[in-house]
Amino acid sequence: MLTSILVSGLGLGSMYGLVALGFHVTYAVSGTVNFAQGSVVTLGAVLAYGLGVTLGWPMSAAIVLALAGCALFGLVVERALVRPFVARGSDAWLLATVAGGIVLDNTVLFTFGKEPRSLPSPLATKPVEILGTGIYPLQLVIPVVGLALAFAIRTVFRRTDLGRVLLAVAQNADAARLMGIDVRRTVACAYALSATLAGIAGLLIAPLFSVSAELGTLFGIKAFAVAILGGIGSATGVILAGLLYGLVEAGVTATLGSTYTQLVVFSVIILALTLRPDGLLGRAAVNKV
Amino acid sequence: MASRLPLALRRIAMTTSALLGLAVSAAQAADTVKIGLVTALSGQSAKSGEAISRGIGLAVDEINAKGGVLGRPLELVARDDEANPSKGVLAARELIQRVGVVAVVGGLDTPVSMAIVPIANQMKVPFIGPWAAGTGITRNGAADNYAFRVSAVDALVDEALVAYAVKTYGAKKPGMILVNNAWGESNQKGLKEALQAANLPAAGIEKYEANDVDMVPQLSRLKEAGADTLFLVGNVGPSAQVVKSLDRMSWSVPVVSHWGPAGGRFDELAGPSAARVHFIQTFTFAGNTSPKATAVLDALKAKYPAIKSMADVTPAVGIANAYDATHLLALAIQAAGSTEGPKVRDGFYKIGTYPGLIKTYDKPFTPGQHDALGPSDYVFTRFKDGEIVAVSN
Repeated sequence: MLTSILVSGLGLGSMYGLVALGFHVTYAVSGTVNFAQGSVVTLGAVLAYGLGVTLGWPMSAAIVLALAGCALFGLVVERALVRPFVARGSDAWLLATVAGGIVLDNTVLFTFGKEPRSLPSPLATKPVEILGTGIYPLQLVIPVVGLALAFAIRTVFRRTDLGRVLLAVAQNADAARLMGIDVRRTVACAYALSATLAGIAGLLIAPLFSVSAELGTLFGIKAFAVAILGGIGSATGVILAGLLYGLVEAGVTATLGSTYTQLVVFSVIILALTLRPDGLLGRAAVNKV
Repeated sequence: MASRLPLALRRIAMTTSALLGLAVSAAQAADTVKIGLVTALSGQSAKSGEAISRGIGLAVDEINAKGGVLGRPLELVARDDEANPSKGVLAARELIQRVGVVAVVGGLDTPVSMAIVPIANQMKVPFIGPWAAGTGITRNGAADNYAFRVSAVDALVDEALVAYAVKTYGAKKPGMILVNNAWGESNQKGLKEALQAANLPAAGIEKYEANDVDMVPQLSRLKEAGADTLFLVGNVGPSAQVVKSLDRMSWSVPVVSHWGPAGGRFDELAGPSAARVHFIQTFTFAGNTSPKATAVLDALKAKYPAIKSMADVTPAVGIANAYDATHLLALAIQAAGSTEGPKVRDGFYKIGTYPGLIKTYDKPFTPGQHDALGPSDYVFTRFKDGEIVAVSN
């Protein structure tokens, strides 16, 4: 039972973390987020299904193109749904990105169809037995990929020139522009990266679930909760919060039954935010006057 | 006040209203008789909604080719409830109040039907269920009951599931894995009573949410409790997840299921182990040699070019139940000689013999019996190469 809670919790948790990391990346650079993240999870899975299964392309090519499609969608979101509003000093990007997600969901429903389909994966056909619990190899791959990506992003932000550019834009966009940094392109890149992370999450979870137009909706909502819980400005915090969320969710389902899952999990989130209003590892925003 | 009007004015008024009356009845004569459909046309159960729509569509065509009902053509007005009770209620109200449907045909989801039935009873508009099996849909306790059904009934299905598990697998201590909604509850009650009647203990009762993906925790509890057979109740998506979770646990327990797996591509979603699930149906096209079944299948292929093989009519119950339900509804309207709700309701009781797709109905409805199908119409099936086939095949 404990193994099953751990595997299931860490697996789903790292996926929440991965999608939430997407919220973190754009927020850190531009102070905005793409509320269509959940729909991009769907997009990644649906594109891979369409190219790899329907058209019969090699899976590797399908995966690369699916992720490219997600990145492209991220660029479109930034260009059409965020930049025009931010330029006018409006917060309407909030609604615009939510609307973008709904448009994408319905486009998927219209093109992919209403019926859930199965995305086969060699990593999710034969379970292996570990400590008395059968698990698919994919369930072990998911947290590894999730944590590796989180670590990579953290390293990029902290240790590389690109990271310094991103942080410079985040701290003071005008000053960064004066230093010769292309702020627009930097923010656009952040959106593309953010959408790619969501796409990866979609590709990884689809073989465990089924591919459908609704695959990512709940993920997007949970991931946003995770981003806020972790402190949206902290990559480490976001990933930790994701794992924590996944573990609590799996633990509650296994011990109390799934009737209580959302009830307990979201109560825990409210409690956690009451105790730490800026998230687990977040810092209060400092308004310099 | 009318009596004080001058005679000439009164004549004008009377003539005008008579003319208006004529105009109205003329308009009605040209009008169609509208029947509403509220079912899931999107989401996980979309394929079931499509099956219901096709069954009704085919029946409507046949009825209209023979002159319609009361000399007017039938027209289907469909609404998507997205498997959501509140959306279903909104759609039903809109169909009854704005569109003016004669009757509402329901969909796949018991929670949605349970929400619509009180409105149908209150507004005195017949409701016909072609799929949702919740016992309380037709046995709703209303003094004036407008809910009919041409489908399975949970209470009777549960008795059949228990009998099948005992006969086929020699079950002595079955466990239940049920979806956590009104449908699951309806079956929890039914299965408990059926087990009691069969003098068998339940190893345990576990629930899952419709969007759960990992049922290992719940199933592990049933395994530890010593369950030797599982009763499964849930729609196609989560039912597939139950099978996958059983695979991961390498637990080869027999699974006897309500008909959720029939609602979609269960064999694709659940993988090779889909075949181990035996589930109940009211009808299958596969292996059915009756002339009516052949004729209906041919007509379906002609009307819906998307239907190419048996796999494309997999939720055959949806098609067959809806097809028979529509014909029975038309007979009820004809017997009522009116489209008024209370008269149509009584029209259902006047139906005599009707040779349908599932069986030949003989006085299928009485004031005390609003369900046209019973245990003798149930058949156990499983998936084989994308088709639903009788277990004996």
